Amino acid sequence: MHKVVRLLDLDCAHCAAKMQEEIGKLDGVNKVRVNFMGERMTLDCEDDKYDAIMKEAEKIIHGLEPDVTIKA
Amino acid sequence: MAKMSKKLKQGLRRIGIAMVLFAVGMTLPENTIGSVVILLACYFWIGWDVLLGAFQNIRRGPKQIFDEKFLMMVASFGAIALDAYQEGVAVMLFYQVGEWFEDYAVNRSRHSISALMDIRPEYANVLRDGEVEEVDPYEVELGETIIVKPGERVPLDGVITKGTSLLDTSALTGESMPRTVEVGADIISGCINKTGVLEVRTTKRYEDSTVETILELVEDSSEKKARTEAFITRFARYYTPIVIICAALLAVLGPLVTGMPVSVWIYRALTFLVVSCPCALVLSVPLAFFGGIGGASRAGVLVKGGNYLEALAKTGVMVFDKTGTLTQGKFQVVANRPAESVAPEKLLEAAAYAEADSTHPIAAAIRHSWEKYGGAVDRNKIESIEEIAGHGIRAKVDGHEILVGNAALLRDYGRERIPVSGTDAAEQAASRGATGVFVAIDGQYTGFLAVADELKSDTVEAIAELRRQGVKKTVMLTGDTKRVGEQVARTIGIDAVYTDLLPADKVKKVEELLQQKSEKETLGYVGDGINDAPVLARADVGIAMGGLGSDAAIEAADIVLMTDEPHKLNDAIRIARKTMAIAWENIIFAIGVKVLIMIGGALGLLGLWFAVFGDVGVALLAILNSMRALSVNREALTKTEPHMATVS
Repeated sequence: MHKVVRLLDLDCAHCAAKMQEEIGKLDGVNKVRVNFMGERMTLDCEDDKYDAIMKEAEKIIHGLEPDVTIKA
Repeated sequence: MAKMSKKLKQGLRRIGIAMVLFAVGMTLPENTIGSVVILLACYFWIGWDVLLGAFQNIRRGPKQIFDEKFLMMVASFGAIALDAYQEGVAVMLFYQVGEWFEDYAVNRSRHSISALMDIRPEYANVLRDGEVEEVDPYEVELGETIIVKPGERVPLDGVITKGTSLLDTSALTGESMPRTVEVGADIISGCINKTGVLEVRTTKRYEDSTVETILELVEDSSEKKARTEAFITRFARYYTPIVIICAALLAVLGPLVTGMPVSVWIYRALTFLVVSCPCALVLSVPLAFFGGIGGASRAGVLVKGGNYLEALAKTGVMVFDKTGTLTQGKFQVVANRPAESVAPEKLLEAAAYAEADSTHPIAAAIRHSWEKYGGAVDRNKIESIEEIAGHGIRAKVDGHEILVGNAALLRDYGRERIPVSGTDAAEQAASRGATGVFVAIDGQYTGFLAVADELKSDTVEAIAELRRQGVKKTVMLTGDTKRVGEQVARTIGIDAVYTDLLPADKVKKVEELLQQKSEKETLGYVGDGINDAPVLARADVGIAMGGLGSDAAIEAADIVLMTDEPHKLNDAIRIARKTMAIAWENIIFAIGVKVLIMIGGALGLLGLWFAVFGDVGVALLAILNSMRALSVNREALTKTEPHMATVS
């Protein structure tokens, strides 16, 4: 499953790199890319785990940058 | 500052209020109750979210503690604990000012890039059952007919089935000159239709269309990081811990070694904490590359990654394929020299008849030239055509014997030896890289035609400019004969030429050249991207020319010049060098200032005020510098006047 998620107000390049690293370690994630300049995350993951992954990803993203608005 | 987001506006207001409080606190006598209260109010007003974030990080565990928020908290608390209220508040206030400017800069760059890349069509007018429907370009099927009105963006690649118009391709090619298109012409998505209504039959789905391919490439380009970027990421990982350890050592060992009071050394250690954030580098270097790639795409140069921009900037050897890259890739009759009392069209007609069956590109050029003259070849008149290998053709047309070929053919294969006059001119043509074709009718010398693959109008100037830009060696690879190849190389002013090469030989040659060049330089290869994919892949930087509309070229190359003009290469190099210069300026400036401040701070020469500058000021200047990379295109495009130069 291939999904593009907008991350509005992503302001810290360093945090974006950390997000990518941590979300990439989640179970069921094949590949994830956080594009800082493009303010979006491209997630390639197993279909049935998508909801669980997004829940975890949200925690990670908001832990690093509370102001980010996630638009799936 | 017009398009500021809500968040930025709020931040600005908050900083404004903080500044007023800070100014009031500063004017009141230092360390009086009034001053301290106002400064602390300012501190919590501006810093509450930083403090909150820092505490949250502490709760999240030891791995997350050492971020910039935590460091700012420690530095400002430290200063306040040492009764340096003004400095403590300044650390927090200016940290926030810096953050605000970072956000602003990132925001602006994002806007500029999306404006640059604003080629995504929003809808397509598709013709279905005689009705025009406005749909998402994704929903248009292959082979459907779409209507493009004047002022609209072409949404999908296709072929024009009705209408003529002018097309503005500038968003894709950087060329301001509009192109005329008519029925039968291929049309490329992303261009803007200027004048007439066009009906287009789509030949590609949206996701395979040019515009989407380009957008994907540019957006993915940040994946392929330049070594400089990777270096900064690595550097940042070690820099912060090292500085923090130094600060701790300073605070502990300083008093022990010198016997000075602990508070003096803690103050000095605080300067370290303030400059311990590598933000300036972590943000500004990728920003420079992103800007460079964005600017390049605006100039009609697609760069697939920061690494290629970096490699291009260091080009020492530039290798060119000849045909279609330096030359136009099609043979043309460039001179028509009939013998005395022979009409030029008579000469051309005779040659065209004799070459009627030949598939050689020279024969095709002669036939084409004859057709352009309004002539045709009447096959009924042709009695026989005999090909004489290595020499030319002997044909019998309408009762006349025609010989077309080199001088030796006329000398040896006529009924009698035909004296060839005008060979001086033929020599001259050959010396310019053209091939001379001699014609005789019934044993009479009739004249000669010079056929050549002409240089592109800006080839000579582009190569000269390449040299001025410091590319040490230019090389041309060609399947042509030695004589023609060397002449063309001389006309262009290229340093070295390798002739008689088969496609496979080109890879081998490039490998040889890769071995010869010095380690510090890179080797670029420029080709049309169609037959030379292996060579493009082998070179340090593979550059394809005329990429617009050619998927093969876009696929195979690292850098794609959207038009087929050699001078775009110089634009690309200029942009690459500028981007690299900006990145390195930032690295040296930021690290230099921080190191100086740490030395000064450790010696007690520079206080926290300087450290605040070292953190915020440097980040700001570096980011502003990086934003210059975006504006690269206007400069690059100033020098692109084509210069005329042809072989004939």
